[in-house]
Amino acid sequence: MADRNDGQRFDRLPATEAERTVEGRATREEVVDFFADRFGIPPETFEDYSVWEKGAGKIWIYGGDAPTPIEIEAIGMTCLRTRQEHWKPTTDFVQRFGVHATDCVIELDREQARRFASGEDQDLERWDGDWGYLIAAHSVAGKREPIGVGLYVHGELRSMVPKGRQRDLES
Amino acid sequence: MEPLERYRPIIDDFDAFLAACERPLGNAVRVNTIKATVERTLEALDREGVGYEQADWNPRVVDLETDSPGSTWTSFHGFTHGQEEVSAVPPVVLEPEPGERVWDCCAAPGGKATQIAALMDDRGTVVANDNNLGRISALRFNAERLGATSLAVTNADARNYSLSRFDFDEFDRALVDAPCSCEGTIRKNPDALDNWSEGHISSVAGIQKGIIRRAIQATREGGTVVYSTCTFAPEENEAIVQHALDTESCRVVDFDLGLEHSPGLTEWEDDEFDSSLEKAARIYPHQNDTGGFFVAKLEVTA
Repeated sequence: MADRNDGQRFDRLPATEAERTVEGRATREEVVDFFADRFGIPPETFEDYSVWEKGAGKIWIYGGDAPTPIEIEAIGMTCLRTRQEHWKPTTDFVQRFGVHATDCVIELDREQARRFASGEDQDLERWDGDWGYLIAAHSVAGKREPIGVGLYVHGELRSMVPKGRQRDLES
Repeated sequence: MEPLERYRPIIDDFDAFLAACERPLGNAVRVNTIKATVERTLEALDREGVGYEQADWNPRVVDLETDSPGSTWTSFHGFTHGQEEVSAVPPVVLEPEPGERVWDCCAAPGGKATQIAALMDDRGTVVANDNNLGRISALRFNAERLGATSLAVTNADARNYSLSRFDFDEFDRALVDAPCSCEGTIRKNPDALDNWSEGHISSVAGIQKGIIRRAIQATREGGTVVYSTCTFAPEENEAIVQHALDTESCRVVDFDLGLEHSPGLTEWEDDEFDSSLEKAARIYPHQNDTGGFFVAKLEVTA
Protein backbone atom coordinates (compact mmCIF):
# COMPACT_ATOMS: atom_id res chain seq x y z
CA MET A 1 0.00 0.00 0.00
CA ALA A 2 1.22 3.46 -0.85
CA ASP A 3 2.27 5.86 1.93
CA ARG A 4 -0.12 8.68 2.77
CA ASN A 5 0.60 12.37 2.78
CA ASP A 6 1.39 13.63 6.30
CA GLY A 7 -0.04 17.14 6.62
CA GLN A 8 2.25 18.03 9.53
CA ARG A 9 5.57 17.91 7.74
CA PHE A 10 7.40 18.87 4.59
CA ASP A 11 8.34 16.07 2.20
CA ARG A 12 10.58 16.58 -0.80
CA LEU A 13 8.77 15.72 -4.03
CA PRO A 14 9.91 12.53 -5.78
CA ALA A 15 12.03 13.34 -8.83
CA THR A 16 9.90 11.32 -11.22
CA GLU A 17 6.86 9.04 -11.38
CA ALA A 18 9.09 5.98 -10.85
CA GLU A 19 10.17 7.30 -7.43
CA ARG A 20 6.71 8.23 -6.19
CA THR A 21 5.61 6.41 -3.03
CA VAL A 22 2.86 8.75 -1.78
CA GLU A 23 -0.43 8.47 -3.59
CA GLY A 24 -1.55 11.66 -5.33
CA ARG A 25 1.71 13.50 -4.73
CA ALA A 26 3.04 15.50 -7.69
CA THR A 27 6.58 14.81 -8.87
CA ARG A 28 9.26 17.44 -9.26
CA GLU A 29 9.30 16.67 -12.98
CA GLU A 30 5.55 17.33 -13.27
CA VAL A 31 5.86 20.63 -11.42
CA VAL A 32 8.76 21.89 -13.53
CA ASP A 33 7.02 20.67 -16.72
CA PHE A 34 3.81 22.44 -15.69
CA PHE A 35 5.59 25.80 -15.38
CA ALA A 36 7.29 25.18 -18.76
CA ASP A 37 4.20 23.95 -20.62
CA ARG A 38 1.74 26.49 -19.30
CA PHE A 39 3.92 29.60 -18.91
CA GLY A 40 7.06 28.87 -20.91
CA ILE A 41 9.28 29.22 -17.82
CA PRO A 42 12.52 27.39 -18.74
CA PRO A 43 13.06 24.25 -16.55
CA GLU A 44 16.65 25.32 -15.80
CA THR A 45 15.20 28.26 -13.81
CA PHE A 46 14.58 25.74 -11.00
CA GLU A 47 17.91 23.86 -11.19
CA ASP A 48 19.14 25.02 -7.78
CA TYR A 49 15.82 24.53 -5.98
CA SER A 50 14.18 21.63 -4.20
CA VAL A 51 10.39 21.23 -4.32
CA TRP A 52 8.29 20.12 -1.32
CA GLU A 53 4.73 19.27 -0.30
CA LYS A 54 3.06 20.00 3.02
CA GLY A 55 -0.65 19.57 3.56
CA ALA A 56 -2.78 18.37 0.69
CA GLY A 57 -1.23 19.64 -2.50
CA LYS A 58 0.48 22.76 -1.19
CA ILE A 59 3.81 22.86 -3.02
CA TRP A 60 6.85 24.87 -1.82
CA ILE A 61 10.08 25.83 -3.55
CA TYR A 62 13.29 26.12 -1.53
CA GLY A 63 16.88 27.10 -2.30
CA GLY A 64 18.59 26.04 0.96
CA ASP A 65 19.73 22.86 2.72
CA ALA A 66 17.29 20.58 4.55
CA PRO A 67 16.71 16.86 5.04
CA THR A 68 13.42 15.23 4.10
CA PRO A 69 11.03 14.92 5.80
CA ILE A 70 11.26 17.99 8.04
CA GLU A 71 8.81 19.43 10.56
CA ILE A 72 9.23 23.20 10.52
CA GLU A 73 6.97 26.19 9.91
CA ALA A 74 7.94 27.06 6.33
CA ILE A 75 10.51 26.10 3.73
CA GLY A 76 11.20 28.66 1.01
CA MET A 77 7.94 29.90 -0.51
CA THR A 78 4.66 28.39 -1.58
CA CYS A 79 4.50 28.05 -5.36
CA LEU A 80 1.60 25.87 -6.45
CA ARG A 81 -1.63 24.12 -5.47
CA THR A 82 -1.96 20.61 -6.89
CA ARG A 83 -4.52 17.91 -6.03
CA GLN A 84 -7.25 19.88 -7.80
CA GLU A 85 -8.44 19.76 -11.41
CA HIS A 86 -6.35 22.73 -12.55
CA TRP A 87 -3.05 23.42 -10.86
CA LYS A 88 -2.88 26.95 -9.52
CA PRO A 89 0.34 28.93 -8.97
CA THR A 90 0.54 31.37 -6.06
CA THR A 91 0.62 35.15 -6.44
CA ASP A 92 3.96 35.36 -4.62
CA PHE A 93 5.55 32.70 -6.83
CA VAL A 94 4.35 34.45 -9.96
CA GLN A 95 5.75 37.75 -8.71
CA ARG A 96 9.11 36.06 -8.02
CA PHE A 97 9.49 33.77 -11.07
CA GLY A 98 6.89 35.08 -13.54
CA VAL A 99 9.44 37.35 -15.21
CA HIS A 100 10.74 34.21 -16.95
CA ALA A 101 7.30 33.42 -18.44
CA THR A 102 6.63 33.74 -22.17
CA ASP A 103 3.15 32.17 -22.43
CA CYS A 104 -0.21 32.91 -20.82
CA VAL A 105 0.91 36.35 -19.64
CA ILE A 106 -1.76 39.03 -20.00
CA GLU A 107 -0.50 42.60 -20.07
CA LEU A 108 -2.70 45.13 -18.31
CA ASP A 109 -2.75 48.90 -18.66
CA ARG A 110 -2.40 51.11 -15.59
CA GLU A 111 -6.08 51.25 -14.66
CA GLN A 112 -6.56 47.50 -15.25
CA ALA A 113 -3.47 46.78 -13.16
CA ARG A 114 -4.79 48.93 -10.34
CA ARG A 115 -8.12 47.10 -10.36
CA PHE A 116 -6.39 43.72 -10.47
CA ALA A 117 -4.17 44.52 -7.47
CA SER A 118 -7.22 45.61 -5.47
CA GLY A 119 -8.82 42.21 -6.10
CA GLU A 120 -11.46 43.30 -8.64
CA ASP A 121 -12.67 41.06 -11.46
CA GLN A 122 -12.94 42.76 -14.86
CA ASP A 123 -14.31 42.12 -18.35
CA LEU A 124 -11.51 41.68 -20.87
CA GLU A 125 -12.70 40.54 -24.27
CA ARG A 126 -9.41 40.91 -26.10
CA TRP A 127 -7.59 37.89 -24.65
CA ASP A 128 -7.39 35.24 -27.41
CA GLY A 129 -5.05 32.84 -25.62
CA ASP A 130 -5.89 29.84 -23.42
CA TRP A 131 -8.51 30.12 -20.71
CA GLY A 132 -7.58 29.25 -17.16
CA TYR A 133 -4.88 30.58 -14.86
CA LEU A 134 -2.84 33.42 -16.36
CA ILE A 135 -0.05 35.66 -15.17
CA ALA A 136 -1.26 39.26 -15.05
CA ALA A 137 1.53 41.77 -15.68
CA HIS A 138 2.05 45.45 -16.29
CA SER A 139 4.90 47.77 -17.13
CA VAL A 140 7.03 49.00 -14.23
CA ALA A 141 9.94 51.33 -14.94
CA GLY A 142 9.99 50.27 -18.58
CA LYS A 143 9.95 46.52 -17.96
CA ARG A 144 7.19 43.94 -17.69
CA GLU A 145 6.46 43.02 -14.09
CA PRO A 146 4.09 40.24 -12.97
CA ILE A 147 1.34 41.35 -10.58
CA GLY A 148 -0.21 38.01 -9.74
CA VAL A 149 -2.39 35.14 -10.88
CA GLY A 150 -5.65 35.71 -12.71
CA LEU A 151 -8.33 33.25 -13.79
CA TYR A 152 -9.59 33.97 -17.30
CA VAL A 153 -13.00 32.53 -18.26
CA HIS A 154 -15.93 33.78 -20.40
CA GLY A 155 -14.34 37.11 -21.24
CA GLU A 156 -13.62 37.91 -17.62
CA LEU A 157 -10.29 38.20 -15.80
CA ARG A 158 -10.74 37.29 -12.14
CA SER A 159 -8.08 38.51 -9.75
CA MET A 160 -6.67 35.71 -7.59
CA VAL A 161 -4.64 38.12 -5.45
CA PRO A 162 -5.27 36.91 -1.87
CA LYS A 163 -7.13 39.29 0.44
CA GLY A 164 -4.11 40.02 2.59
CA ARG A 165 -2.06 40.94 -0.47
CA GLN A 166 -4.67 43.19 -2.11
CA ARG A 167 -3.90 46.91 -2.10
CA ASP A 168 -5.62 50.07 -3.22
CA LEU A 169 -2.95 51.67 -5.35
CA GLU A 170 -2.78 54.86 -7.36
CA SER A 171 -3.02 54.06 -11.05
CA MET B 1 11.17 60.27 28.63
CA GLU B 2 11.90 59.97 32.37
CA PRO B 3 13.62 56.56 32.14
CA LEU B 4 16.14 57.99 29.67
CA GLU B 5 17.56 60.37 32.34
CA ARG B 6 19.83 57.55 33.53
CA TYR B 7 21.83 57.93 30.30
CA ARG B 8 22.66 61.61 30.85
CA PRO B 9 26.22 60.75 32.04
CA ILE B 10 27.06 58.66 28.95
CA ILE B 11 25.46 60.56 26.04
CA ASP B 12 27.16 63.58 24.47
CA ASP B 13 24.76 66.47 23.91
CA PHE B 14 22.04 64.87 26.02
CA ASP B 15 19.55 67.68 25.29
CA ALA B 16 19.83 67.07 21.54
CA PHE B 17 19.33 63.36 22.28
CA LEU B 18 16.11 64.02 24.23
CA ALA B 19 14.84 66.44 21.58
CA ALA B 20 15.44 63.84 18.84
CA CYS B 21 13.59 61.19 20.86
CA GLU B 22 10.51 63.44 20.85
CA ARG B 23 10.47 63.91 17.07
CA PRO B 24 8.60 61.36 14.94
CA LEU B 25 10.53 59.34 12.39
CA GLY B 26 10.19 59.39 8.60
CA ASN B 27 9.06 56.47 6.46
CA ALA B 28 12.16 54.45 5.69
CA VAL B 29 12.06 51.43 3.40
CA ARG B 30 14.70 48.94 2.37
CA VAL B 31 15.07 48.05 -1.30
CA ASN B 32 14.64 44.28 -1.63
CA THR B 33 17.24 43.32 -4.23
CA ILE B 34 15.76 39.81 -4.51
CA LYS B 35 12.96 41.45 -6.51
CA ALA B 36 14.53 44.53 -8.14
CA THR B 37 17.70 46.59 -8.36
CA VAL B 38 18.03 49.89 -6.52
CA GLU B 39 18.05 51.75 -9.88
CA ARG B 40 14.82 50.15 -11.08
CA THR B 41 13.13 50.68 -7.73
CA LEU B 42 14.02 54.38 -7.73
CA GLU B 43 12.81 54.69 -11.32
CA ALA B 44 9.52 53.03 -10.33
CA LEU B 45 9.15 55.47 -7.43
CA ASP B 46 9.86 58.37 -9.80
CA ARG B 47 7.12 57.20 -12.17
CA GLU B 48 4.70 56.79 -9.26
CA GLY B 49 5.47 60.34 -8.22
CA VAL B 50 6.75 59.29 -4.79
CA GLY B 51 9.62 61.47 -3.58
CA TYR B 52 12.53 59.88 -1.71
CA GLU B 53 15.96 60.36 -0.22
CA GLN B 54 18.65 57.66 -0.24
CA ALA B 55 20.69 57.07 2.92
CA ASP B 56 24.35 58.09 2.55
CA TRP B 57 25.70 54.98 4.25
CA ASN B 58 23.53 52.45 2.42
CA PRO B 59 22.02 52.99 -1.06
CA ARG B 60 19.44 50.30 -0.30
CA VAL B 61 17.87 52.34 2.48
CA VAL B 62 15.49 55.02 1.25
CA ASP B 63 13.31 57.50 3.10
CA LEU B 64 9.98 57.91 1.29
CA GLU B 65 7.97 61.12 1.14
CA THR B 66 4.59 59.45 1.62
CA ASP B 67 2.41 58.68 4.61
CA SER B 68 1.52 55.24 3.29
CA PRO B 69 4.69 53.50 2.05
CA GLY B 70 2.73 50.21 2.02
CA SER B 71 0.34 51.52 -0.64
CA THR B 72 2.92 51.99 -3.38
CA TRP B 73 3.42 49.74 -6.40
CA THR B 74 7.02 49.21 -5.29
CA SER B 75 5.72 47.79 -1.99
CA PHE B 76 3.05 45.68 -3.71
CA HIS B 77 5.72 44.11 -5.94
CA GLY B 78 8.04 43.54 -2.98
CA PHE B 79 10.66 45.93 -4.35
CA THR B 80 10.53 47.77 -1.02
CA HIS B 81 9.94 46.76 2.58
CA GLY B 82 9.18 49.16 5.42
CA GLN B 83 12.21 48.96 7.71
CA GLU B 84 13.70 51.60 9.95
CA GLU B 85 17.11 52.88 8.87
CA VAL B 86 19.04 51.62 11.94
CA SER B 87 17.22 48.30 11.76
CA ALA B 88 19.08 47.69 8.47
CA VAL B 89 22.45 47.95 10.26
CA PRO B 90 22.87 44.48 11.90
CA PRO B 91 22.58 42.40 8.67
CA VAL B 92 25.16 44.68 7.02
CA VAL B 93 27.53 44.18 9.98
CA LEU B 94 26.90 40.41 9.79
CA GLU B 95 28.24 40.41 6.18
CA PRO B 96 26.62 37.12 5.08
CA GLU B 97 27.81 35.66 1.77
CA PRO B 98 25.93 33.65 -0.88
CA GLY B 99 25.82 29.94 -0.12
CA GLU B 100 26.39 30.25 3.63
CA ARG B 101 24.27 28.92 6.50
CA VAL B 102 22.98 31.73 8.64
CA TRP B 103 20.79 31.70 11.73
CA ASP B 104 18.52 34.63 12.57
CA CYS B 105 17.42 33.42 15.98
CA CYS B 106 14.83 36.11 16.84
CA ALA B 107 13.65 36.72 13.29
CA ALA B 108 10.00 37.87 13.31
CA PRO B 109 8.62 39.90 11.63
CA GLY B 110 11.39 39.18 9.14
CA GLY B 111 12.85 42.52 7.99
CA LYS B 112 16.39 41.50 8.91
CA ALA B 113 16.01 37.84 7.88
CA THR B 114 14.91 38.84 4.38
CA GLN B 115 17.67 41.46 4.28
CA ILE B 116 20.18 38.68 5.09
CA ALA B 117 18.68 36.57 2.26
CA ALA B 118 19.00 39.51 -0.13
CA LEU B 119 22.65 40.12 0.88
CA MET B 120 23.24 36.42 0.02
CA ASP B 121 21.54 36.87 -3.40
CA ASP B 122 18.89 34.48 -2.00
CA ARG B 123 21.42 31.62 -2.28
CA GLY B 124 22.24 29.52 0.78
CA THR B 125 20.31 28.73 3.95
CA VAL B 126 18.80 31.34 6.23
CA VAL B 127 17.16 29.73 9.23
CA ALA B 128 14.66 32.30 10.49
CA ASN B 129 13.51 31.35 13.97
CA ASP B 130 11.13 32.94 16.41
CA ASN B 131 9.56 31.66 19.61
CA ASN B 132 6.20 33.37 18.98
CA LEU B 133 3.84 31.60 16.60
CA GLY B 134 1.71 34.73 16.06
CA ARG B 135 4.71 36.75 14.94
CA ILE B 136 5.81 33.88 12.69
CA SER B 137 2.75 34.41 10.50
CA ALA B 138 3.94 37.99 9.91
CA LEU B 139 7.42 36.66 9.13
CA ARG B 140 6.05 34.19 6.60
CA PHE B 141 3.86 36.81 4.96
CA ASN B 142 6.82 39.16 4.53
CA ALA B 143 9.16 36.42 3.32
CA GLU B 144 6.71 35.37 0.58
CA ARG B 145 5.95 38.93 -0.46
CA LEU B 146 9.66 39.64 -0.74
CA GLY B 147 10.27 36.41 -2.70
CA ALA B 148 12.89 34.91 -0.36
CA THR B 149 13.38 31.24 -1.30
CA SER B 150 16.41 30.61 0.93
CA LEU B 151 14.50 30.93 4.23
CA ALA B 152 13.60 27.99 6.47
CA VAL B 153 11.27 29.13 9.22
CA THR B 154 11.26 27.47 12.66
CA ASN B 155 9.29 28.11 15.86
CA ALA B 156 11.42 27.41 18.93
CA ASP B 157 13.06 28.97 21.96
CA ALA B 158 16.49 30.11 20.73
CA ARG B 159 18.08 29.43 24.15
CA ASN B 160 17.97 25.64 23.72
CA TYR B 161 17.69 25.50 19.93
CA SER B 162 18.31 22.12 18.36
CA LEU B 163 19.98 21.77 14.98
CA SER B 164 18.98 18.11 14.78
CA ARG B 165 16.09 19.02 12.45
CA PHE B 166 18.65 19.98 9.76
CA ASP B 167 21.38 17.97 8.08
CA PHE B 168 24.17 20.31 9.17
CA ASP B 169 25.35 20.93 12.72
CA GLU B 170 26.67 24.47 12.74
CA PHE B 171 26.08 27.85 11.17
CA ASP B 172 28.58 30.14 9.46
CA ARG B 173 26.96 33.18 11.01
CA ALA B 174 24.24 34.09 13.47
CA LEU B 175 22.29 37.24 14.14
CA VAL B 176 21.02 37.76 17.68
CA ASP B 177 18.64 40.69 17.33
CA ALA B 178 17.49 40.17 20.86
CA PRO B 179 14.12 40.90 22.46
CA CYS B 180 14.78 44.02 24.54
CA SER B 181 13.24 46.95 26.37
CA CYS B 182 13.01 48.83 23.03
CA GLU B 183 13.94 52.26 24.38
CA GLY B 184 15.42 53.14 20.99
CA THR B 185 12.05 52.77 19.25
CA ILE B 186 10.45 55.67 21.15
CA ARG B 187 10.27 57.80 17.97
CA LYS B 188 8.30 55.09 16.17
CA ASN B 189 6.26 54.01 19.16
CA PRO B 190 5.52 56.70 21.78
CA ASP B 191 4.30 54.00 24.21
CA ALA B 192 7.69 52.24 24.20
CA LEU B 193 8.64 53.48 27.68
CA ASP B 194 5.24 52.93 29.33
CA ASN B 195 6.16 49.61 30.90
CA TRP B 196 9.78 50.51 31.59
CA SER B 197 11.28 49.27 34.86
CA GLU B 198 14.67 48.10 36.06
CA GLY B 199 12.99 44.79 36.88
CA HIS B 200 11.93 44.39 33.25
CA ILE B 201 15.46 45.13 32.10
CA SER B 202 16.96 42.49 34.36
CA SER B 203 14.43 39.83 33.34
CA VAL B 204 14.96 40.46 29.62
CA ALA B 205 18.75 40.44 30.21
CA GLY B 206 18.49 36.87 31.47
CA ILE B 207 16.86 35.81 28.21
CA GLN B 208 19.40 37.74 26.14
CA LYS B 209 22.29 35.92 27.89
CA GLY B 210 20.77 32.53 27.10
CA ILE B 211 20.23 33.41 23.43
CA ILE B 212 23.68 34.87 22.76
CA ARG B 213 25.35 31.82 24.35
CA ARG B 214 23.37 29.39 22.20
CA ALA B 215 24.12 31.46 19.06
CA ILE B 216 27.87 31.25 19.74
CA GLN B 217 27.66 27.50 20.43
CA ALA B 218 25.76 26.93 17.17
CA THR B 219 28.27 28.88 15.05
CA ARG B 220 31.46 27.35 13.65
CA GLU B 221 34.93 28.36 14.80
CA GLY B 222 35.92 31.47 12.84
CA GLY B 223 32.28 32.27 12.21
CA THR B 224 30.53 35.52 13.06
CA VAL B 225 27.84 36.37 15.60
CA VAL B 226 26.26 39.82 15.61
CA TYR B 227 24.43 40.92 18.74
CA SER B 228 22.02 43.83 18.44
CA THR B 229 19.21 45.52 20.36
CA CYS B 230 17.10 48.62 19.86
CA THR B 231 17.75 49.83 23.39
CA PHE B 232 20.27 52.00 25.24
CA ALA B 233 20.45 50.02 28.49
CA PRO B 234 24.03 48.80 29.13
CA GLU B 235 22.52 45.90 31.11
CA GLU B 236 21.06 44.62 27.81
CA ASN B 237 24.03 45.54 25.62
CA GLU B 238 27.63 45.63 26.85
CA ALA B 239 26.80 43.46 29.90
CA ILE B 240 25.35 40.76 27.64
CA VAL B 241 28.39 40.74 25.38
CA GLN B 242 30.59 40.67 28.49
CA HIS B 243 28.65 37.60 29.67
CA ALA B 244 29.33 35.94 26.30
CA LEU B 245 33.06 36.73 26.61
CA ASP B 246 33.07 35.24 30.11
CA THR B 247 31.23 32.03 29.27
CA GLU B 248 31.85 31.15 25.59
CA SER B 249 34.80 31.12 23.15
CA CYS B 250 34.61 34.39 21.29
CA ARG B 251 36.09 37.86 20.94
CA VAL B 252 34.73 41.27 20.00
CA VAL B 253 35.90 42.47 16.57
CA ASP B 254 35.92 45.79 14.73
CA PHE B 255 33.61 46.74 11.90
CA ASP B 256 33.10 49.75 9.65
CA LEU B 257 29.85 51.63 9.95
CA GLY B 258 29.00 54.54 7.69
CA LEU B 259 26.69 56.03 10.31
CA GLU B 260 27.76 58.38 13.07
CA HIS B 261 27.87 56.47 16.37
CA SER B 262 29.50 56.29 19.79
CA PRO B 263 31.76 53.49 21.04
CA GLY B 264 30.48 50.78 23.37
CA LEU B 265 30.91 51.42 27.09
CA THR B 266 33.68 49.92 29.22
CA GLU B 267 31.96 50.78 32.48
CA TRP B 268 28.44 51.36 33.76
CA GLU B 269 27.48 52.06 37.36
CA ASP B 270 29.36 49.38 39.37
CA ASP B 271 30.32 47.20 36.42
CA GLU B 272 33.44 47.20 34.29
CA PHE B 273 33.52 45.68 30.83
CA ASP B 274 36.35 44.36 28.68
CA SER B 275 38.17 47.13 26.78
CA SER B 276 37.27 45.40 23.49
CA LEU B 277 33.66 46.53 24.05
CA GLU B 278 34.73 49.91 22.68
CA LYS B 279 34.52 48.21 19.28
CA ALA B 280 30.74 47.92 19.64
CA ALA B 281 28.54 50.72 18.30
CA ARG B 282 25.92 52.79 20.11
CA ILE B 283 23.75 54.66 17.64
CA TYR B 284 21.78 57.53 19.16
CA PRO B 285 18.73 59.21 17.57
CA HIS B 286 20.31 62.67 17.37
CA GLN B 287 23.41 61.45 15.54
CA ASN B 288 21.79 60.46 12.23
CA ASP B 289 18.13 61.38 12.84
CA THR B 290 17.20 57.69 13.24
CA GLY B 291 16.01 55.38 15.99
CA GLY B 292 18.47 54.09 18.61
CA PHE B 293 20.50 50.89 18.27
CA PHE B 294 23.34 48.86 19.74
CA VAL B 295 25.46 46.50 17.62
CA ALA B 296 28.42 44.30 18.54
CA LYS B 297 30.28 41.91 16.24
CA LEU B 298 31.83 38.73 17.63
CA GLU B 299 34.15 36.16 16.13
CA VAL B 300 33.80 32.62 17.40
CA THR B 301 37.18 31.30 18.58
CA ALA B 302 38.54 27.86 19.47
